[in-house]
Amino acid sequence: MREGNTPLVRLAKRDAMPRGQVWAIRVGSFVLAILIGALIFLLLGHSPFQGYATILDGSLGKATVFRQTVRIAVPLLGTALAIAPCFKMRFWNIGAEGQITAGAVGASWLALFCADSIPGPVLLVLMAALGALFGGLWALVPAFFKARWGTNETLFTLMMNYIMIGIVRWLQGGPWEGRPGSQIIPEFADNALLPRVFGVHCGWIIVLVLTVLMFLYMKYTKQGYEIAVVGESENTARYAGMNVAKVVMRTMFLSGALSGLVGFIVVSGADGTLHAEVAAGVGFTAITVAWLAQLNPFAMIAISFLLGVLEKGSDTLQTRMEVPASISDIITGVFLFCMLGCEFFINYRLIFRKGRKEAAIHG
Amino acid sequence: MGDINSSLWVALLAAAVLNGVPLLFGTVGEILSEKAGNLNLGVEGMMYTGGAMGLGAAFYYEGFAGAGANGIVAVLLALLFAFLGGAFGALIYSFLTVTLRANQNVTGLALTIFGTGLGQFIGEYMRRTSGGYVAIGNDLKAVFANSPFPAALQQLPVVGPVIFRHSIFLYIGLAIAITMAWFFRRTKAGLYLRAVGESPATADAAGINVTRYKYLATVIGGGISAIGGMVYIMTIAGCVWNHEGLSGEGWLAVALVIFCLWRPLNAIWGSVLFGGLMILYNYLSLPMVPTQIYRILPYVVTVIVLIITSLRNNREKQPPASLGNAYFREER
Amino acid sequence: MTALETVHAIELRHITKRFGQVVANDSVDLTLDRGQILSLLGENGSGKTTLMNMLSGIYRPDEGEILVEGKPVVIRSPKDAYDHGIGMIHQHFKLVDMFTAAENIALGLRGRGHDRRAVAAQVKAISDRYGFGIDPDKKVYDMSVSEKQTVEIVKVLYRGADILILDEPTAVLTPQETDRLFDILRAMKADGKAIVIITHKLHEVMAISDQVAVLRKGKYIGTVNTADTDPQALTEMMVGRAVSLNIDRPEAKYRDLRLEVKGLNCKNAEGVATLSDVGFQAFGGEILGIAGIAGSGQKELLEAIAGLQKAESGHVFYYPPHPKSDIAGNHVPVDKAGEELLGKTPAQIQKVGVALAFVPEDRLGMGLVGGMGMVDNMMLKTYKENPGPLVDRKPPRALAERLIEELEIVTPGVTAPVRRLSGGNVQKVLVGREIASQPTVLMTAYPVRGLDINSSYTIYRLLNEQKMKGVAVLLVGEDLDVLLELCDRILVLCGGRVSGVVDARTATKEEVGLLMTRVDQGEEGTVHA
Repeated sequence: MREGNTPLVRLAKRDAMPRGQVWAIRVGSFVLAILIGALIFLLLGHSPFQGYATILDGSLGKATVFRQTVRIAVPLLGTALAIAPCFKMRFWNIGAEGQITAGAVGASWLALFCADSIPGPVLLVLMAALGALFGGLWALVPAFFKARWGTNETLFTLMMNYIMIGIVRWLQGGPWEGRPGSQIIPEFADNALLPRVFGVHCGWIIVLVLTVLMFLYMKYTKQGYEIAVVGESENTARYAGMNVAKVVMRTMFLSGALSGLVGFIVVSGADGTLHAEVAAGVGFTAITVAWLAQLNPFAMIAISFLLGVLEKGSDTLQTRMEVPASISDIITGVFLFCMLGCEFFINYRLIFRKGRKEAAIHG
Repeated sequence: MGDINSSLWVALLAAAVLNGVPLLFGTVGEILSEKAGNLNLGVEGMMYTGGAMGLGAAFYYEGFAGAGANGIVAVLLALLFAFLGGAFGALIYSFLTVTLRANQNVTGLALTIFGTGLGQFIGEYMRRTSGGYVAIGNDLKAVFANSPFPAALQQLPVVGPVIFRHSIFLYIGLAIAITMAWFFRRTKAGLYLRAVGESPATADAAGINVTRYKYLATVIGGGISAIGGMVYIMTIAGCVWNHEGLSGEGWLAVALVIFCLWRPLNAIWGSVLFGGLMILYNYLSLPMVPTQIYRILPYVVTVIVLIITSLRNNREKQPPASLGNAYFREER
Repeated sequence: MTALETVHAIELRHITKRFGQVVANDSVDLTLDRGQILSLLGENGSGKTTLMNMLSGIYRPDEGEILVEGKPVVIRSPKDAYDHGIGMIHQHFKLVDMFTAAENIALGLRGRGHDRRAVAAQVKAISDRYGFGIDPDKKVYDMSVSEKQTVEIVKVLYRGADILILDEPTAVLTPQETDRLFDILRAMKADGKAIVIITHKLHEVMAISDQVAVLRKGKYIGTVNTADTDPQALTEMMVGRAVSLNIDRPEAKYRDLRLEVKGLNCKNAEGVATLSDVGFQAFGGEILGIAGIAGSGQKELLEAIAGLQKAESGHVFYYPPHPKSDIAGNHVPVDKAGEELLGKTPAQIQKVGVALAFVPEDRLGMGLVGGMGMVDNMMLKTYKENPGPLVDRKPPRALAERLIEELEIVTPGVTAPVRRLSGGNVQKVLVGREIASQPTVLMTAYPVRGLDINSSYTIYRLLNEQKMKGVAVLLVGEDLDVLLELCDRILVLCGGRVSGVVDARTATKEEVGLLMTRVDQGEEGTVHA
């Protein structure tokens, strides 16, 4: 057991690392992910260069594919923005999937049943508002129980996802079903669809505006300040005279409302109708986006765009190189793993055994 | 006698057990991981990987051995590869969360993305390379799906279809759940493992290797969970890659862990209950209650359990105290 | 056994440990022999616990050597420590709440099965030998503090440790329990065990130990035989000079009733009473010291007044300051003299002018946000004051800059996270901010915890300035010498009750010490019954 002297490596927390070094580590993790991805291509019998070239070309090469990449990135960015304040508050909201879906339900209800009686722009605004309201209320349920009785929010929000998805499945096959037996909800009327700007539905403008607003909200508003204090220490927040329960519920409502808005963008901009898979895992992936961006809204733009590139590019891989499209999830996973792991080297210092006599045997 | 066995209720109960088996594996695996303080939200991904790898093992073994394929070998290989698939995912998770102290929630979600992708990829790859259809011979299928018990037992009223007319995996799952309950309660390693999950600093001070326990529990737990995916594919989905059916099983297992209050024995009846709720719509249609709503019942009851346990604040019914937190010794 | 005379049970050579920039132990030498009790003496923050944590495998030294029985060893983990027979009873118990006493004791034991009956039998044997009364099947979350400590000690003994380290074991005990603990330690010493007791209480050092090793600010000062020394000499070693504190105690112009607490009762989350029928008066223009052994209800009292803790029953009446005093009119006027504060929110109580600066053990826990800079911390209680939804960082920035200058706070900048500041500077930030809110009642707990002498005097000066302005200052302190020299009156708490109020100008240390440990017989000490 104790053949050595001190262990080879031990850990210590780092105070602060120079910016340059931090970025060197992050770039390093990115390069590592690319290398692992290359290895996967090699294992599949493809040239890594060709593989990556296809991904880039297939996601950015032409205006049409670029637009599709943006379409993938938009809900990711929007939802990551929604999650950021919760995570800042150390409230592990992993229910964005359900909150997106709830928002989509709210927006769809107007689109399906009121489209005839309300003119386009007003309808869209109302849809957005109702979507936000639905998403917010759906998020408020676990927040209420957390604030009141300390019910575990990670598990609660997770369960809420599947309840909402189940409800949509019921709507799909029941009250909102289009042609009987089709299990499909009819397409929205044209006035319930988001207009296009530069060929992509204008959701991209909405989320970019939200990015700036969220940055300002977190940094310069009293509410943003309260969120940060509650996240650091609930006791301190109470000591400062903050109503922690109120902050938790308000922040969760806001978070759910933004996710709900994303749900509106997806049904009204991208899908044109409501279905049970409307969130399509975005709620989960966005959590990784928010976390990797360290809750910085502008960094989220880059990361959600990167994931968009990977997903769209991998689609092209399937058509051009006959690689199953699910490779996109694998490569996305590899990138997430590498980027998650690299934070360790930023936060901790490895102390290697000093060249003592006993240790010097192996040089 | 035969009448009772074909009655609606017995059929429902038997189907509940059938559909509960994959959940049982998924759940007890996740319990093992969570007892060590690791909330691995990657169960869904690991079950996908395990499902695809288990199917692949049986499929390629049959292709390799031809007509002389031995059913037992095929089952063992499927179990082994499914386990390895899940263990691989859990190993990545452990490395990131235990060694590199990454956030458990986020890492688990990343594992779900990666694992479902990997499972889909393997399934898809097999389908393409074998001419569009992955099929296993009927003989082998039967070995996977049929009961190991003699017909006489299977014919018994009620208990026949409910208990004896199931694939070997039910009994393996039961054995794992019971062994795990015994392990937690009666063995020293089980005591150490629970200490790691409750209070890693205390366990560390007592000389327990926290890192080793966390790794072992998570990797073995991941392997067990992944077997659930394989069982689903081989017994319910008819030995065909079916990612649709598998979707949501892992999340249901996460819910079930909460529902059964982190106790493996509760997982046995809990998985039957959840399995039953998932297929209830095939058997029972209540007026006014749409069948699709049945499928959200498992999540609803889990939420209710969560709320009630937090309301009562019963110390015996809480999650392991350090669940979700990374441990770093010099951090104080 | 002749080797005992030359070979030490433990020998530490030039042990150095750093945490970031801070040197916690600076080349410390120490020896420990069997059949001996060694007191490790030093003020808070002198590095006692850090040093012992390196023996018990929690930390590893950056430099230096540890010898057990004359042989150099590397203690990588608590398990290694046990292999060398070293067991430590930490101040914060290392027990699993969800486990029974027996399960906790069985943790970390090598050997085959986990035979409950065998463990229970052995636990009983040890308990009987030393007169511990522990129930092996009782869950830790159901236990009192002293029961938990008992489990810790039995655990270490059960594992066969013959070198025991106890970190401030008496901090949580009643005097009777302390006596019983000391009897046990003496019995173990007679068995030939080597014992280290970490403490900063001189009378305990004199009562129990054979030798005393003194640390001061991480440096090893020396070891003396207890028989050859006296508290005065030890104090000199500990603080580096004789304790003639010479703290000012000016007389304020106005002395008027500010707070009146009556029949205050509080319970903790488990329903155990933390404050019982507490009543006293606090005056503007006076510093009221609050003394008591750790955990006597000091924290609960301040929190109840500040509205952070719910009171079961009782009253806290507030009287506004004398109209001619400097602080009159600083705050929202109350409706009537003698307004009830209980039932108001923390924010409402702050508005009246009651400020709380509580310095917890980790110094940051409450009152400051470690991850935020000084600017953001300055506005913790005032961020709502400007109109509109945005925060105004200009006034807090100005305040931060003013405090840095006035209190000589050392910080890389006003936005550097306060977590990275040294302890003394963190406390100056906290107390400085509370004072800047121009309170009418300033409640502060442990404001000089872990501070060097100079910083401590700065804090005393600040408190005196407040008193002279007419503020009612409530000061919870650990050091009786300081309380006696700084305060006007001292309120003594014991087990959540007021055991007496003395005039600090005339009271003696013994008098206060006696009040601190005065326990109603029969209510406490049930653990060993």
